[in-house]
Amino acid sequence: MPAPSLILALLFVVCFTLATWLQPWHQSWAGGRAQSSSLLDIVMGDSQQLFANHFFTKADVYFHSGYYPSVFDQAIGGAPHMTAAKDAATEHGPEHAEETGFLGRPRDWIDRFSRNLYPSRHSHLDSPGEAREILPWLRIAADLDPHKVETYTVAAYWLRQHLNKVDEAEQFLRAGWRANPDSYEILFELGRVFDENRRDSQRARNVWELALRKWHERSARNGKQDDFILEQILTHLAQLEEREGYWEKAIAYLEKLKAFSPHPNVIQQHIEELKRKAVAPSVPNNSVSPQAGKR
Amino acid sequence: MNNALAVASVVVKELYRRKDFYVLFVLTAVITLLMGALNFFNDDKIVRYLKEICLLLIWISALVIAVGTSARQIPSERENRTVFPLLAKPITRGQLIAGKFLGCWLACGLALIVFYLFFGVISVSREHQLPMASYFQALWLHWWMLGVVVAMALLGSVLFAAPSSNATICLLLILGILLLGRHLNKVAVQLAEPMSTVVYVVYFAVPHLELFDVRDLVVHNWDPINWLICVGATFYAAAYAVFFLFAAWLVFRRQPLV
Repeated sequence: MPAPSLILALLFVVCFTLATWLQPWHQSWAGGRAQSSSLLDIVMGDSQQLFANHFFTKADVYFHSGYYPSVFDQAIGGAPHMTAAKDAATEHGPEHAEETGFLGRPRDWIDRFSRNLYPSRHSHLDSPGEAREILPWLRIAADLDPHKVETYTVAAYWLRQHLNKVDEAEQFLRAGWRANPDSYEILFELGRVFDENRRDSQRARNVWELALRKWHERSARNGKQDDFILEQILTHLAQLEEREGYWEKAIAYLEKLKAFSPHPNVIQQHIEELKRKAVAPSVPNNSVSPQAGKR
Repeated sequence: MNNALAVASVVVKELYRRKDFYVLFVLTAVITLLMGALNFFNDDKIVRYLKEICLLLIWISALVIAVGTSARQIPSERENRTVFPLLAKPITRGQLIAGKFLGCWLACGLALIVFYLFFGVISVSREHQLPMASYFQALWLHWWMLGVVVAMALLGSVLFAAPSSNATICLLLILGILLLGRHLNKVAVQLAEPMSTVVYVVYFAVPHLELFDVRDLVVHNWDPINWLICVGATFYAAAYAVFFLFAAWLVFRRQPLV
């Protein structure tokens, strides 16, 4: 049996040798997080997305004041649309809502009794300003997963539409745009901030036109079409051009919209109407295209 | 009764001599205040997330205090051999169990009052309203839930050898009930026989501690619960607490002390 000090020295040499071999390998390993500049990235890695989804759902739970199906409820009855239960409650009374809501009829006395002790009726944050309560979870979700575009658009909608916080909505959307430069959803929402809140048609037009380009780029790249957002972008662009008196541009957007819309006849009627306006002598001359470039 | 009260008073004194409560309270306060200092979109009226975090910390702290205090009561008396002079006095084993339970439960109640006072202060400072009835109901139901937990841990302390194993098993059971208890009946209907019946039996047998968790109602400012429902829940908790205490007494009365 050699001396313990020699064994210890041998083990130390083995450890040191292994460390010199493992350290460069770990540095170059694709799964390593040591290069990341964010502490959250290093500590949590990809689990951030999991938590981000949880907190995004949490915002929805808050919007419904805690009345929300658990994973067990969803496994049994799927995830029903929340408004269905509310409509049932308002139209047919609470008993009908009890049957149609995700909870269904109580299965036993414990189930019936327990419904008095947790939120078991459909509710929304309807009072003025109450919607602010969902914001912390959206903010945390965005911090954890900056590439979840929905977080930015939902938060911006509530900020500008219900809480009159246009500056905060714009800042949040710009942060989202920096993290997701190809997102046409964020650009569309940013355009709405400029158009509906700032009354800045020029910027709204530029942003929506960029959103349209991004939509085409991504569709060409991925092959799958998100027609709903395209419809929204084209509708808003057409409305903006019509409001500004640029009939030909408005007609051009409506022609594109007609191909995707579920109501092409209505769009065609609107196009005819615009064409009549365009040839009418009383129409102001707006034939010069609006200047682009203001960002 | 006097004997049980004497034992209980010693247990309550033990709580404020130990550091557990102070550490947990300071942790709860610091974390809540730090979370309250966060700024979300320049809106200082956002409060529900803070209420939720504060109540979650209160629930965790209260469970740790309740299980930690109750699980070590009888084993420490045995280990220190103080159980012999205690039982040599005119005090029965039943009175000892009752006194230990009463002491732990009252100590938990005192801790809860301090925690909920802090919660009330935080809530009022942001919301500028104090729904006294809802907060009292939350405190009351929480306290009765802890009564069941304390009785369960006392039963565990005469069944299991070490306080650590007892505390771990109790906490796992309690967490399991809190997370799954409400949904066991939904799981049962999805299963084939005989598992369905087994799960249903478990569903009806376990104490439904989640019934006493009314945090969602408090956080989202729902109306106070019907007082009759509160009374019903109180009787439900009392029945389970008595059951566990009786079981603890049955085991302890014939148990050798060494």
